[in-house]
Amino acid sequence: MRMYEQLLQYLITGITVGSAYALVGLGFAIIYNASDVVNFAQGEFVMIGAMSAIFLNAAGVPYVLSLALAIAITVAVGMALEKFAIEPARNASVVSTIIITIGASILLRGAALLIWGKDIYGLKPFTGEQTIHLGPATLLPQNLWVMGGTAISVLLVKYFFDHTTTGKAILACSYNKKAAYLVGINVKKMLLISYGLSACLGAIAGILIAPITFFTYNAGVMLGLKGFSAAILGGMGNPMGAVAGGLMLGLLESIGAGLISSGYKDAIAFIIILLVLFFKPSGLFGKSEGERV
Amino acid sequence: MYRTMTKSLLSAILSVCFMVLLTFFMTAPVQASGTIKIGSFLALTGPASFLGDPELKTLQMYVDEINQKGGVLGKKLELIYYDTSGKAKVAKDVVKRLIKKDRVDLIIGGSTSGTTLAVIDIVERERIPLISLAGSIRIIKPVKKWVFKTPHTDRMAAAKIFEDMKKRNISKVALITGNGGFDKSGRAQCLDLAPSYGIKIVADESYNNADTDMTTQLTKIRATDAEAILNFGFGKAPAIVTKNVRQLDIKLPLYQSHGVASKKFIELAGKAADGVRLPAAALIVAEQLPDNDPQKPVLLAYKKKYEAKYGPVSTFGGHAYDGLFIAVEAIERAGSVDKAKVRDEIEKTKGFVGTGGVFNMSPEDHLGLGLDAFKMVEIENGAWKLLY
Repeated sequence: MRMYEQLLQYLITGITVGSAYALVGLGFAIIYNASDVVNFAQGEFVMIGAMSAIFLNAAGVPYVLSLALAIAITVAVGMALEKFAIEPARNASVVSTIIITIGASILLRGAALLIWGKDIYGLKPFTGEQTIHLGPATLLPQNLWVMGGTAISVLLVKYFFDHTTTGKAILACSYNKKAAYLVGINVKKMLLISYGLSACLGAIAGILIAPITFFTYNAGVMLGLKGFSAAILGGMGNPMGAVAGGLMLGLLESIGAGLISSGYKDAIAFIIILLVLFFKPSGLFGKSEGERV
Repeated sequence: MYRTMTKSLLSAILSVCFMVLLTFFMTAPVQASGTIKIGSFLALTGPASFLGDPELKTLQMYVDEINQKGGVLGKKLELIYYDTSGKAKVAKDVVKRLIKKDRVDLIIGGSTSGTTLAVIDIVERERIPLISLAGSIRIIKPVKKWVFKTPHTDRMAAAKIFEDMKKRNISKVALITGNGGFDKSGRAQCLDLAPSYGIKIVADESYNNADTDMTTQLTKIRATDAEAILNFGFGKAPAIVTKNVRQLDIKLPLYQSHGVASKKFIELAGKAADGVRLPAAALIVAEQLPDNDPQKPVLLAYKKKYEAKYGPVSTFGGHAYDGLFIAVEAIERAGSVDKAKVRDEIEKTKGFVGTGGVFNMSPEDHLGLGLDAFKMVEIENGAWKLLY
């Protein structure tokens, strides 16, 4: 009985944390899909979303409006990143572009340090802090928001890619940029939209978890890394795979820490990823890649 | 051929002159400089920034005040400081720079136990006095000739906490600590001291200081027969632990270490902080002290000056105050900035009323504070309440 009670608690923690990783991983997958580039500034989008919301709210902007504005600001930053750093380098190799995103992440961190200082901040929860009892386990209303918010965002993204022309156009770019261009798809615009979309998802992740954890100027680093691992775990380029990877990562961390050792929590997650990469490098849900000779 | 020879001769003479001048300038004694250089290495960014930030502000504020009043031994004080981000590697580089390039007379710092322990070898080798602002007992035990510190040790914190637990008849305690130097040192002291207070440690969980959620570890603790939870850490992690404890609806008494004795902890943990008990320096409850307490006037003066300029005080800034004034008084007693003489005088500090307590140092005790210098404090309605 004891084990079951604990397991339920680990499950709740795992899904909450995993949802954040899922959103970040999804952001990685979208940009990778559109351009074969791993955008290492993804974690910073989360940080900017959270910090903007915190500071707008602290400056007196109504709560819900500050959340909305925070997302808008992050989307603007994401698109600016694409317009001024990625697009001018559109003929560069994939590796060079990835390095550009690393540089961008450092720049964004530095800007955050200048604008918001080095202090640590929290955000008020969406709907209060009253503990909810779920059998032998407990959770906060914010946990439900994180899970629900992530689920809705993921479903909207899936609908976007499956059923809208723009979404399909972005997927077309990922299959073959030249062919997409020839069919009349504005590849530049698609890239801009995918960066904006990834930034939006990052910001959503940020404002969802800001009330539970705390944010500071460099909180994006670890989140970005874990989100990236989630995307790899699920198969780089597979958006739903990234989501599954994120949830799985969160659960593995939580259960591993609970059943094995809390000190090695991070190690457990990364070891699992190494194992996946050894035995199925394309990730759990990625198609095994083959090249026509 | 003669012209070439003259040319080579000329360049040879010039090179020799140049090298003589260079050597002269490089070895010219710096003591002719008109300031007393106090070096400092602090965690101004990073997870330990809420230690380093008030420490730097305090040092700057009082160096200015001392200079306005005429300085020390007729010379102005010059504060040279660097940011370590709380990283041991950076601390080593920065301390070497302070000693070799900036040629400081004395060092006050680091903010964390990890950064302090990393530079002890350098300081001992270079024979320069170091007054640390960090908590671990390993900084001064075993005693090192050139190393002193002003904050209470983690061992004293553990002792004070166990004393309080004993008063409340608590005998089974769950320990949860982070992976920082302060945390690890504190944990070792807790494990070592518990038996002598009749306390059994029934759980020993750990987390990474950068973690954002400790519900997993606390869930394990919830399943044991612990009668109280002791979280030994600092930074944002104890705030998360505290919030998680309330979130999991764990009704056990929660103890923190003096690592959270700053308003930032209450700000981050919010309502969850109510009911938390911790040992802390008297500074945070200065107004609640009896009027005949020798510390009260010193504390109130520091509080007034700091709060007028920067906002709420923290005990960490207080440790910097103690460090600076112990150093300044030692320099005055020594009558010079000769490092060996200053070191001897620091060691002879007696009856110094600081923010941490009344200091009485000796060759065996490079801290000089007793257990009574710590006060037991409880957080009530978002404010510190002095218990005893």
